[in-house]
Amino acid sequence: MNSDMFIQHFFNALMLGSLYGLIAIGYTMVYGILRLINFAHGDIFMLGSYFVFFGVTAFHMPWWAAALFSIVATAATGIMVDRVAYRPLREAPRISALISAIGVSFFIENMCLVLFTGVPKPMPRLEALVQVLQFGNIRILPLTLIVPVVSFLLVAGLLWMLYRTKPGLAMRAISKDIETTRLMGVKVNRIIALTFAIGSALAAAAGIMWALRYPQINPFMGVMPGFKAFIAAVFGGIGSVQGAMIGGLILGFMEIMIVAFFPALSGYRDAFAFILLILILFVKPTGLMGEKLEDKI
Amino acid sequence: MRLGKKLLLAFCIVLVTAGFAMAADVVKIGVYLPVTGGNAVGGQLELDGVKLAHQEMPEILGKKVELIVIDNKSDKVEAANAVKRLVERDKVNAIIGTYGSSLAMAGGEIAEQAKIPMVGTSCTNPLVTQGKKYVFRVCFIDPFQGAGAAAFALGDLKAKTAAILIEVTEDYSVGLASFFERSFKKDGGQVVAKLNYQKGDQDFTAQLTEIISKNPDVLYIPANFAEGAIIMRQASELGAKFKVLGGDAMDNPEIVSIGGKSVEGFSFTTFAYAPEMPNMNAIAKKFTDNWAKAFPGKQPNALSAVAYDSYMLIMDAIKRANSDDPEKITAALAATKDFPGVTGNTTINATHDAEKSVGIMQIKDGKRIFLTIVDPK
Repeated sequence: MNSDMFIQHFFNALMLGSLYGLIAIGYTMVYGILRLINFAHGDIFMLGSYFVFFGVTAFHMPWWAAALFSIVATAATGIMVDRVAYRPLREAPRISALISAIGVSFFIENMCLVLFTGVPKPMPRLEALVQVLQFGNIRILPLTLIVPVVSFLLVAGLLWMLYRTKPGLAMRAISKDIETTRLMGVKVNRIIALTFAIGSALAAAAGIMWALRYPQINPFMGVMPGFKAFIAAVFGGIGSVQGAMIGGLILGFMEIMIVAFFPALSGYRDAFAFILLILILFVKPTGLMGEKLEDKI
Repeated sequence: MRLGKKLLLAFCIVLVTAGFAMAADVVKIGVYLPVTGGNAVGGQLELDGVKLAHQEMPEILGKKVELIVIDNKSDKVEAANAVKRLVERDKVNAIIGTYGSSLAMAGGEIAEQAKIPMVGTSCTNPLVTQGKKYVFRVCFIDPFQGAGAAAFALGDLKAKTAAILIEVTEDYSVGLASFFERSFKKDGGQVVAKLNYQKGDQDFTAQLTEIISKNPDVLYIPANFAEGAIIMRQASELGAKFKVLGGDAMDNPEIVSIGGKSVEGFSFTTFAYAPEMPNMNAIAKKFTDNWAKAFPGKQPNALSAVAYDSYMLIMDAIKRANSDDPEKITAALAATKDFPGVTGNTTINATHDAEKSVGIMQIKDGKRIFLTIVDPK
């Protein structure tokens, strides 16, 4: 492996990793507050791609408007999922909500299968973002640089919201003790809805960028990235926003570098991701950043 | 009004008995295809091919032919369940299906146990019919398709080195890759890289970066079209210079809309039919014309053609057997010789595979053009 190739792999990994990270944040936020693994998150991510697709192709919106439309529509879907499938189970054992989440996931996938058919749809691409930039032998897309930057900005914004604003304070309070928070006069359900809205909006952002990078969308496109992001969230320490981002980056780098250094093992790439999940659960169940329990959002 | 009531009753009895009589006079053909899921585009094109054939020949031996279509959702378990339902609940006389060798293997196993003849449409892996008495197909098999691709790569593309990118979770892809490799090496080529990916993967940059560093003349991708188009897109973004070659699963108009400019010059082996091919036979011409009437605004492809042929082959077998008994249809299918179809003449050989030509197509200026036909030796 020469240095050019390594740098090329590095940028490929950076792109993949930051997309994983962005999806992982949605898992981590909901878990941090409700102790619920929102298995429908990967499908919310898929909806984000479809919304932007229809925004551009069916409603002929300019790209920025379609992206905005997608984020708003996906956030609304997130709130709706919470209202319909999770809120009635708030007092039920945690396992009920988990099963409900799996049900929502299957429901969304199959509903999209009926509505949009299983035929993969070609995503119209924003040419400015996918014109190849060449530096010597290294070729990258502008998108490769934009995605990590956007991801980091979103994480920074999220952390600011969590630690510097009233709703953020309420979220952190709910994650510690939902009953006491309610007694303090916080409208708990409204804050939880906000959590779902933000988590889903981030998934939509990831969905839009994913569809720009891999311009083929179908109703099951969220399944694998959803699993991977879940691994990233657990690896980084579920409940920690920074951890999810770091977990996503590590997972992305691992997936690319395994193929880069051991081409013969390229078929086992997904297996390595899941081995990573098992290992972290054995060695450090709280994940990389999961130590400071009191800091969970 | 008693007379009226009696008349009504008599009328009802006639209707009911007529209904029974009709039920007995129906030949049921089960169709299981991936209408949804990853293989949906191919499955739908094939379903339309079967429907067109059914429109043209809705009766056989004086009986009505009824099509029972089940979606196998591009899933092996669903494929097995679909065939189980067709044989147990619907009691079909024969089965058509399916796109996707893995799916056909899962379904063929059930058809074999139930002793109901099954005719595969575009499932090209040799294992589909291996050791099966009741499973047939109207397409060629992968050793031949792989040999055709290798011959084209070495001859027309003048390639000396090749890389292969394989979908390891797909029997079709793994099989075709190894047949290509065998033929390519045998005729003096060299395989410089062999990498894998899994179904549903969307990021191939790591594999492609590795392949580009080996600088092969051609990249062989026995992929499904959606992944294949993304692979080519990422390859061109990474500055790949090699030519790309694929198999029949890439025969899909959608690859241009997903792959854009990056699929320009891509060639693939497929069944010997394309609506734009020159010198088509009379049956292919009729098929093309009738398709345009039945599905205006939709292009047929080689998959629709083999599906059409599979229905017609079953009808031909029923006619020759002069019976719709599954055992007799099976015997007639096994004895098929030079049955004329859209994709050329079909002869069913000892392993129940069709011996027929391979067509080679290429994407040029965003359109598929028919390059040439290669015949089996």
